[in-house]
Amino acid sequence: MNTNTLENSVTEVIFQLEKVSVYYGSFEAVRKVYMDIPKNKITAFIGPSGCGKSTLLRCFNRLNDLIPGARVEGKITYHDKNLYSKDMEAVEVRRRIGMVFQKPNPFPKSIYDNIAFGARVNGYRGDMNELVEQSLRQAALWDEVKDKLRENGLSLSGGQQQRLCIARAIAIEPEVLLMDEPCSALDPISTLKIEELIQQLKQNYTIVLVTHNMQQATRASDMAAFFNVVTSEEGKRSGYLVEYNETIKLFNDPQEESTKEYVSGRFG
Amino acid sequence: MSISSFKQFDRSERWQPNRSLNKWIQRSIVAIFGLFALISILTTFGIVMTLLVDAIPFFEEVPLADFLTDTEWTPLFTRKEYGIFVLISATFLTSVIAIAVALPLGLLSAICLSEYAPRSLRRWLKPALEILAGVPTVVYGYFALLFVTPVLRSFIPGMQPFNSLSAGIVMGIAILPMVASLSEDAIYAVPSSLRQGAYALGSTKREVILGVVIPSALSGIVASFILSISRAVGETMIVTIAAGQSPNLTLNPLVPVATMTAYIVQVSLGDAPAGSLAFKTIYAVGLTLFLITLVLNVFSFWFVRRFQQKYE
Ligand SMILES: Nc1ncnc2c1ncn2[C@@H]1O[C@H](COP(=O)(O)OP(=O)(O)OP(=O)(O)O)[C@@H](O)[C@H]1O
Ligand SMILES: [Mg+2]
Repeated sequence: MNTNTLENSVTEVIFQLEKVSVYYGSFEAVRKVYMDIPKNKITAFIGPSGCGKSTLLRCFNRLNDLIPGARVEGKITYHDKNLYSKDMEAVEVRRRIGMVFQKPNPFPKSIYDNIAFGARVNGYRGDMNELVEQSLRQAALWDEVKDKLRENGLSLSGGQQQRLCIARAIAIEPEVLLMDEPCSALDPISTLKIEELIQQLKQNYTIVLVTHNMQQATRASDMAAFFNVVTSEEGKRSGYLVEYNETIKLFNDPQEESTKEYVSGRFG
Repeated sequence: MSISSFKQFDRSERWQPNRSLNKWIQRSIVAIFGLFALISILTTFGIVMTLLVDAIPFFEEVPLADFLTDTEWTPLFTRKEYGIFVLISATFLTSVIAIAVALPLGLLSAICLSEYAPRSLRRWLKPALEILAGVPTVVYGYFALLFVTPVLRSFIPGMQPFNSLSAGIVMGIAILPMVASLSEDAIYAVPSSLRQGAYALGSTKREVILGVVIPSALSGIVASFILSISRAVGETMIVTIAAGQSPNLTLNPLVPVATMTAYIVQVSLGDAPAGSLAFKTIYAVGLTLFLITLVLNVFSFWFVRRFQQKYE
């Protein structure tokens, strides 16, 4: 068995997953994941479509709470506190753990208000204009939208919308940023800009990044986790963690055959 | 270049789409729907013509200025006056009361139903609401006259047996299901990805609903409001039964009044000989009513077009 814990490393652990399974009704989408996510590092989740990367990602900010029928089993700790205990407020958790979704989902509001919304609900007392500009700059969108901040966020192109969503997420200065394929709708230039942003954010943020792009995983991440699907006798497809290691090791010296095939593009 | 000239590029006999049949079906569908559209346009046109044909002779005898400025409406008396605002005031009063009841309650029930009620409850509450919208208005009319008015009179001194207050309140109850159902549709249609996005920024449920869901559904909600306002203005049975038939230029909700619709009913059922000036008044009133509702609907159409959100 591979070790998914970071016992011998010096970095601080921010999330600890112990036997985490996620169900949609009776369907087990993710099976018994054990892993430690290091603080102020970039952890990449890779794996074939439908293996439960998004599902697992949504456990970290308790977004699965909103999906009727979804259920998380096992234990997830955040700074050594049980994320799913009774006295943990989901709203407070989400304020600290931001998320960028797989599909861009800007609010049908002005570009400005898309960013100001999160700041307002979290009682931001500083200069709102400054916050909006700074967040848009960080997300590499400022130059494209600075003259039309009052226009509807939905009038932007798909890639611009995604960067708006990134700006919106970092505007509230979370501690962790969960990014679900943030670049899947972006051109190579914007992708590079976002990757630069991710590197820059690393100093202050912990980032968990889902990606289908192997180059991106190798370029951007410190740690990488490979998930795969097992099909049960009844034909149900559950995702599980195959291998989790430092990105360099996972890509250059994979321990499992399926990891090797996947990272070298010979999967299937 | 016609499609058939691509034939030479087809690789296989296995692909033989029946283009001519498709074209034929397409044409007949267009023709059938065109016919239906034409029928509804012709009907509307016919209604307008009917109204105009008798309203024009009316306005030849009664100057438009008098129609708009007289302060009494007495076409059935010997001293005749034709101040349409007498009837408009009554319609306005009953509608405002109805809207004051229906819009807030309707919107609140829509929010409750789509955001707070468990799914299983929603599944049977929504159809129940729609059935409620189908209760004949004559039932509501007698409910107002025989139940609501006596109850209100027991603690409101000076309230008359016929009055716009109870007619308005009950009319509000009658249109509430429509407001609730249509607004609920609009709220329910807001994609859950937007809700998730708002929650992911650390919003509470209240902030998600007020800050994202309601604004996103606004055009649909406003459309339901305007539709219900049109319904209140055109509502006939409840006001005829419960608000009375005494034309009265007033905004006092406790006294009998006659709304435009109630007046039309009164004359149609009464003994004003067809063709007389008294009878022609109902066409003038009908035309006014038509214009008011038309303006409301055009506004609603414009509003929905202007503010409709398109989600990708
Ligand atoms: N809301 C839901 N309700 C029920 N089943 C779901 C739901 N969301 C996801 N699933 C199921 O859970 C499994 C994992 O889905 P998930 O979206 O997490 O995959 P993924 O790894 O993110 O895939 P992709 O790379 O295509 O985004 C799939 O079999 C999917 O059908
Ligand atoms: Mg996914």
